[in-house]
Amino acid sequence: MNAAYQFVTGPLAWAAWGIFLLGSAYRLISMYQLAKAKDPTAIAYMSWHFSLRSIINWLIPFNALGWRKSPAMTIATFAFHACLFLTPIFLVAHVLLWDQAFGVSYATIPDGAADIMTLVVIAACLYFAGRRLVQPEVRYITTPQDWLALIIVLAPFLTGFLAYHQAIDYDAMIILHVVAGEIMLAAIPFTRLSHMVFAVFTRAYMGSEFGGVRHARDW
Amino acid sequence: MGIADRLIEDVGLRRGVSRLTPEIIEKTVNAVISGETGARLKAYAETCMRCGLCAQACHFSLSHPGDPSYTPAGKVQQTMSVLLKTGGRVDPDFIYGMAQLAYTECNLCRRCVHYCPIGIDTGYIMSTVRRICHKLGVTPQYIQDTAHSHSATFNQMWVKDDEWTDTLMWQEDEARDEFPDIRIPLDKEGADIYYSVIAPEPKFRTQLIYQAAAIMHMAGVDWTMPSEPGWDNSDMCMFTGDFEMMGRLKRKHFESAQKLKVKRIVMGECGHAFRSIYDMGNRAVGWKMPPVPVIHSIEFFWELMQQGKIKLVKKYPGPVTVHDPCNVVRGRGLHEKLRELVNFLVEGGIVETASNREHNLCCTAGGGVINCGPPFKNVRVAGSKAKAEELRATGVKTIVAPCHNCHGGLEDTVHSYKLGMEIKFLGDIIYECMEKPEV
Repeated sequence: MNAAYQFVTGPLAWAAWGIFLLGSAYRLISMYQLAKAKDPTAIAYMSWHFSLRSIINWLIPFNALGWRKSPAMTIATFAFHACLFLTPIFLVAHVLLWDQAFGVSYATIPDGAADIMTLVVIAACLYFAGRRLVQPEVRYITTPQDWLALIIVLAPFLTGFLAYHQAIDYDAMIILHVVAGEIMLAAIPFTRLSHMVFAVFTRAYMGSEFGGVRHARDW
Repeated sequence: MGIADRLIEDVGLRRGVSRLTPEIIEKTVNAVISGETGARLKAYAETCMRCGLCAQACHFSLSHPGDPSYTPAGKVQQTMSVLLKTGGRVDPDFIYGMAQLAYTECNLCRRCVHYCPIGIDTGYIMSTVRRICHKLGVTPQYIQDTAHSHSATFNQMWVKDDEWTDTLMWQEDEARDEFPDIRIPLDKEGADIYYSVIAPEPKFRTQLIYQAAAIMHMAGVDWTMPSEPGWDNSDMCMFTGDFEMMGRLKRKHFESAQKLKVKRIVMGECGHAFRSIYDMGNRAVGWKMPPVPVIHSIEFFWELMQQGKIKLVKKYPGPVTVHDPCNVVRGRGLHEKLRELVNFLVEGGIVETASNREHNLCCTAGGGVINCGPPFKNVRVAGSKAKAEELRATGVKTIVAPCHNCHGGLEDTVHSYKLGMEIKFLGDIIYECMEKPEV
C-alpha cells in the first residue's frame, strides 16, 4: 500500500501535472496558430479593454441576462466553480504535500470549511446531473462527453470526502483520491474541461466584437 | 422531436438535395470546415458545456415551450455537431433538414449571446451551416432567387438599371406637388451624404424613398443617390452563405460611394443591410471597418434632431412601443438614440416590451428567414408567439420598428395574433409630423 501511495504521489503526480500543463500549453498554442491562420477576421478585433469588460461582467453573479433568468443554475455554477478551485488549492493536507515535496507553504482553509466546500461541489455535481436527466432542453443536448466531464470532476471530491471521514478503507480511498485528482488534471486539456483553458478567450472575443464593433453589451 | 419531424416541402431544397451524393456531401462539408473555419468553430464546439441556459434566449424555443429542438444549442446539436461528429458522412435527407433548420428556424439575431457564459456565437455556427448548404446547392427557392438577383444585377429585386433611375425621378416628380423645389440629386460628387436603400424600396416601398427625400429636403441636407449599380445596400447572399457574392456586393457599394467622393453613407431603415455593410460584408473584402463611414437612419435622424433640423408641427399620438432590430441594436448599440428620437417624435412616450434594448426579442423575420418565402411563413409566425405576447402586454397601438424585415415579420405577427397594432418606420412618423411648405 505504501509503495502504491508513493507511486501515485510521486511519478504519477509528475505525469498528471505534466500532461495538464504541457497539454494546456500545447492546446493554447495550436489554437492560437489556427486562429492566426484561419480566423484573421476575428482576431483583428480583439481588444483588451472590451475583453476584460465582458469577462468581469460575466463573473458577477446575476449580472448577465442569462444568469438572471436561471437563478438556481447561477447559484450552483458560481458555488461549484469557487469551491472547485479553492478547496484543493488551500486544503491543509494539500498544502502539507507541497511543503513536504518542495518546501512551499501558504495559507490554508480550516478543514471544517473545506469539508462543507467539498459537499458543495458534490451537491452541485448532483444538481448538474439532475438537470441532464430531467430538464428536456439539457437532456436533449447532453452527450457522453458531458457525463464524462462531470464524473471526472466529481470523483476526486467524492473520494476525498470519503477518505477524510475514513468512511471506507482509508488507505485504498486515499490512493483512489489521488488518482482521481490526477485524472482530472490530465483530462483538462483534452475533454470538455478544456473550457477552463479556452472559455476566457471565447468570452474575450465576444466581448471585443460587442464592445469594439457593435457598441453593445454582451451580457 | 427535431427537424426531421417537421420537414416542409420547398422546391429549392428538394432539387438541391436530389443532386447530392454522400461523396459530394462529405467533400463539401470538409472543404468548408477545414478551409474556411478555424479556432472559433473548434473552440465553440469543444467548450459548449451543454448547460442549456440558451434555451430561454431564443424566441423560437420560447414560442415552443418544452421542445428542446428549437433551442440554440439544440439547433447546433442537430446540425453542426452531427457534421463534426461524422466528419460530414451524412445522407442527403439529413442535409434537407439541416438546411431547413439553418435557414428558417434561426434568425441569426444573436440574442443567445446574452445567455452563454462561455461566449459562444450560435449565429456564427448557423451561418457556417448555411455556408455549407450554399456550397451544396441546397437553399430555399425564394431566398436563392434574391441571391441570384444580386449576382445578376447587384440588387436584390431584379430592378433594371433604367427602372432604378426612373423610379427616383418618378418619386421626385410626385414629391414636387408637396415640395415644389425638391430634388433627388443623382451622382452628385462630393456630397455630404450618399443615401443608399434596399432594392425592395424602389420595387414596392417607394413611399420610403419619397419620405427620405422629403426629410433630406426639409433638413437642408447636401445629399445624393447613385444612378449606377451599387445603390442597393442589401445582401441576401450573406444569409444564403454565398460569401463571395457578399464581398462583391459590398465592394460595389463602397466603390460607388468612393467614386462620388461622398463624406458618409447614410442607409435607410434596414437591419440586415447594416449588418452586411458594417459588420460582415466589409470583412469579406478585407476592410476591417467600412472604408466610407456608414450610419444607419436611426443615428442620422438622431443627428438631425440634435442639430434642430427636424421641425415638427405636431407630435405623433402615442404611447408607442419600440421594437429594437437586432442588427442595429445588438449590432450597433443604437437603442438609446432610437429612444431619444422616438421620445422627441411621439406624444405619450414609450411603453417598453418586457425584453428591450440589447435584450430585445427578435421579430422572427430577420436573418433571411422571411426571405425564404411562403412555404415557411407558418413556422415563422409560430416562432414569433413570444414576441406577440410581449407586444400585446404593452397595451399600445403603435410599434416603431426601424427595419424593413422587422416590419414584414411584425405585420404577420400582428395580423396572426390579432394584436390590432400598426407598425411605423421612423421616416413615416417624421414625414407625417414634420413642417412642410405651404403650397
